[in-house]
Amino acid sequence: MTDVQIKNGAPEPRGFTGKLNAMSKPGRWAAITALVALFYLMPLGWFADPPGFYNPLVTFSSDFGTVLFDAAIFVLLAIGLNVVVGFAGLLDLGYFGFFAVGAYAMALLTSPASKLITDYHWLDSPWPWLAALPVAIVITALTGVLLGWPTLRLRGDYLAIVTLGFAEMIRVIAVQSEWVLGGDRGISAIPHPPGEIGGEPIFGFVDPKPYYWLVLTVIIVVVFGVRNLARSRVGRAWVSIREDEDAAELMGVPTFKFKLWAFAIGATIGGLSGALWASKVNFMNSTTFSLENSILVLAAVILGGAGSIPGAILGGFLVAYVPEWLRGLGGFLGLDINTTEYRYLIFGLVLIVMMIFRPQGIWPNRRREAEIKDRQKEVAVGE
Amino acid sequence: MSERKPLLEVDNVTLRFGGVVALDKVDFTLYEGEILGLIGPNGAGKTTCFNAMTGVYMPTDGAIRFRGQQISGKKRHKITKMGIARTFQNIRLFPEMTALENVQVGADAHNRGSVPSAMLRLPRFWQEERRGIKRAEELLEFVGIKGRTHELARNLPYGDQRRLEIARALATDPTLLCLDEPAAGFNPAEKVALLELIRKIRDSGVTVLLIEHDMRLVMGVTDRIVVLEFGKKIAEGTPAEVRDNPKVVAAYLGVPDAA
Repeated sequence: MTDVQIKNGAPEPRGFTGKLNAMSKPGRWAAITALVALFYLMPLGWFADPPGFYNPLVTFSSDFGTVLFDAAIFVLLAIGLNVVVGFAGLLDLGYFGFFAVGAYAMALLTSPASKLITDYHWLDSPWPWLAALPVAIVITALTGVLLGWPTLRLRGDYLAIVTLGFAEMIRVIAVQSEWVLGGDRGISAIPHPPGEIGGEPIFGFVDPKPYYWLVLTVIIVVVFGVRNLARSRVGRAWVSIREDEDAAELMGVPTFKFKLWAFAIGATIGGLSGALWASKVNFMNSTTFSLENSILVLAAVILGGAGSIPGAILGGFLVAYVPEWLRGLGGFLGLDINTTEYRYLIFGLVLIVMMIFRPQGIWPNRRREAEIKDRQKEVAVGE
Repeated sequence: MSERKPLLEVDNVTLRFGGVVALDKVDFTLYEGEILGLIGPNGAGKTTCFNAMTGVYMPTDGAIRFRGQQISGKKRHKITKMGIARTFQNIRLFPEMTALENVQVGADAHNRGSVPSAMLRLPRFWQEERRGIKRAEELLEFVGIKGRTHELARNLPYGDQRRLEIARALATDPTLLCLDEPAAGFNPAEKVALLELIRKIRDSGVTVLLIEHDMRLVMGVTDRIVVLEFGKKIAEGTPAEVRDNPKVVAAYLGVPDAA
């Protein structure tokens, strides 16, 4: 009847999560701490370029620190989208739109080249970075609520279509509204985060490592918050909505409220990653916000395993890291192939294969996995 | 039966789906502390009546009042919070949640802490969580499936799933519990046990509305019975009165066309 074996009422440890949970509490924390420490040490010289041998994990043709930064941004995005898609079960195809909102809000508020300052004189001077960040996040959260308020009454496919439209809308606005967002010419001179050590700025132009460490730290904080939510009344409400929305409502779950919360939390995390990204790249324009990125983040969540935080982290990392690594590999083998160009093709194929053989993802959530299997059975019966 | 306080008034409720009249001026009152049976042949509109009471359908005409307050048109989760809880004819548990978690969802209905308290693990979160688990454990014991606390709902035997649904509904702290064919698929021994449970629920101060096919069960446990046929109320009274009512006999056994 079921694949989950029951013994003394508790499920047998299965998969990565099961093994991790089966460890003693101090053992588990030690393992997690070691892993986190490894992530912090990864961009350093002796890991990236160890004396005496070649580290095959390091990317060849692209700077390893930059790759790690991009991967970290994708991880953050995947964690955010996982709240919407994995926890609340809402298919959001336009998640990157929130990244764009966060990035533009940050750029407009902090850049001295912002048209809010130069053309419209709404602001006298650029805002300090630390003041602009929370405002950018709040703006994105409000965008999420604004989009969710009318659309979360829709279910299933309809919601997917509306969110798809949203991301496209944001992109078109970015292209068209040269008068404030700069269109193709974009916004330049976006400042870096503040902070100095010995007169030298921590966050400079050349070294990507501090940015990576910053995003990594943000990820840890966000993971704690999201995990706390999943193991609470809110997480239970999300599961109940996913499994039987009508029954949930009749048991007193304010379903709309909690779906809106999921949307707002997802938007907030998306905006946060957009804002962090903008303050590293220094210059941004409308070409960044293509639809593929929304799909790529969704692919990360599905690949890792919807509903699982470690899955989202893994998926986000793979989606950003593997193409860069492959590109380096091509160069190493003397092939003149830019694998980045093919990454959507490759991920498309991987996703199709995954959906056939492992629809629950690489590191799935036990409950979500069972739900997917139930649904497959329903489909099989319905045929 | 003096000084009966009305709890739920179904006041001339009509419900149409297109051309179909599912409920036709149905009118009855449920009093505090009683067990009322709602019976009728298949398709008589019993479940539709339930759905109108719990906010799933909006009556086309008429009103439903709970403790004097209009409930038609209110949001479903608000109606639950007002004190009406229900089970389903086809079991609708959350299959991948444990028995305990299912009941906790019901208990959450009255928890006020939301995203901030959960995210930051504020004292309120721990307090509500602890209270929810304690209440859920009590209820699982009350309905008699304490041994299944940590099993997934989908893995429970059929009878225990029905009991779990009752526990989940009770966790919302209802004044009125609506049971939609709770004995469907039960053997006689299980039915007797269910009867006892329903009485126990009433004795704990909850009013019960019971939809049931099994006449013996209904006659044995209810204080009063309302009979529906083709969306209309055809009889109302004590079990003895209803049993002797020729209209009810006709509805259940059929009458010659000439009549």
